[in-house]
Amino acid sequence: MKVRVTIMPQAAVLDPAGVATAHALEHMGLHGVRSVRIGKSIELDIEGVTEEELHQACRDLLSNPVMEDYRLEVLS
Amino acid sequence: MHCAVLQFPGSNGDIDALGALRSFQNVTAELVWHQEKSLESFDFILLPGGFSYGDYLRCGAIARFSPIMHAVQKAAASGTLILGICNGFQILCEAGLLPGTLIRNRNLLFRCEERLVRVETSDSPFTKKISSGSLLHLPIAHGEGCYFAREETLQELHDKDQILLRYATSKGEITKAANPNGSCKNIAGICNLERNIFGLMPHPERACEELLGSTDGRIIFESILDHVHSGARSSL
Repeated sequence: MKVRVTIMPQAAVLDPAGVATAHALEHMGLHGVRSVRIGKSIELDIEGVTEEELHQACRDLLSNPVMEDYRLEVLS
Repeated sequence: MHCAVLQFPGSNGDIDALGALRSFQNVTAELVWHQEKSLESFDFILLPGGFSYGDYLRCGAIARFSPIMHAVQKAAASGTLILGICNGFQILCEAGLLPGTLIRNRNLLFRCEERLVRVETSDSPFTKKISSGSLLHLPIAHGEGCYFAREETLQELHDKDQILLRYATSKGEITKAANPNGSCKNIAGICNLERNIFGLMPHPERACEELLGSTDGRIIFESILDHVHSGARSSL
């Protein structure tokens, strides 16, 4: 089973790297940038687990629920 | 007092911590590798600074699943004093032993400098010998030390007197300029509700000798020693 987990900082959490990147986009001439948020994407190839176990892995290890949200997609 | 200094792959404050602890009388200290499974013979456990597991995924996230962390959880529940410095603080947050988390410094800079922190309360085993409002000169060295928690968690930390250290000016004022990393409420260190676990971003173990520019870190270890030797551990 191929799975993709997308992890993003929650809206209430300041993302300084995103803010710095937004400034850089402005500097390169892309005006009108409203927001940049930087997260990460993790791809897993895994067998013998339930979707609930995958969600648990997302909550306990792959993301930190204090500051991040995740989205789990089963690719194949 | 018999102390454990945990050693994860990538720890780099372990030897400093060992040296600082051994500079006190009536203290023995040894390194404990992260694959070990027991911490029962120790009175005090220190999680040192560094970059455990290369800070992969998130700071402290992978170390949290080291075998030794089961023993840390058990010791925490039994009231043993636990101190997490820098990366050790990050690991304790990831393990859920302390609330909140540490994120990238707001200014994106790795801050390696001496800072002043104000001791907010003497009501903890870690600050019992320090008057509330005192200032300590302690070095910091981190890129991800911005303490973050939800508003309700911050309120609870305040209400339950769990904020032990805050970044301050030389006059003891809590200002934005005194905050090196953008931490919520200028927080530099917090303890858990039961007050036996303390995490802080500054490095008291690197402020224990005149040669290093400050000896202000000693009073934190003296507080811990005093607490353990007075047998107060069982009353927690």
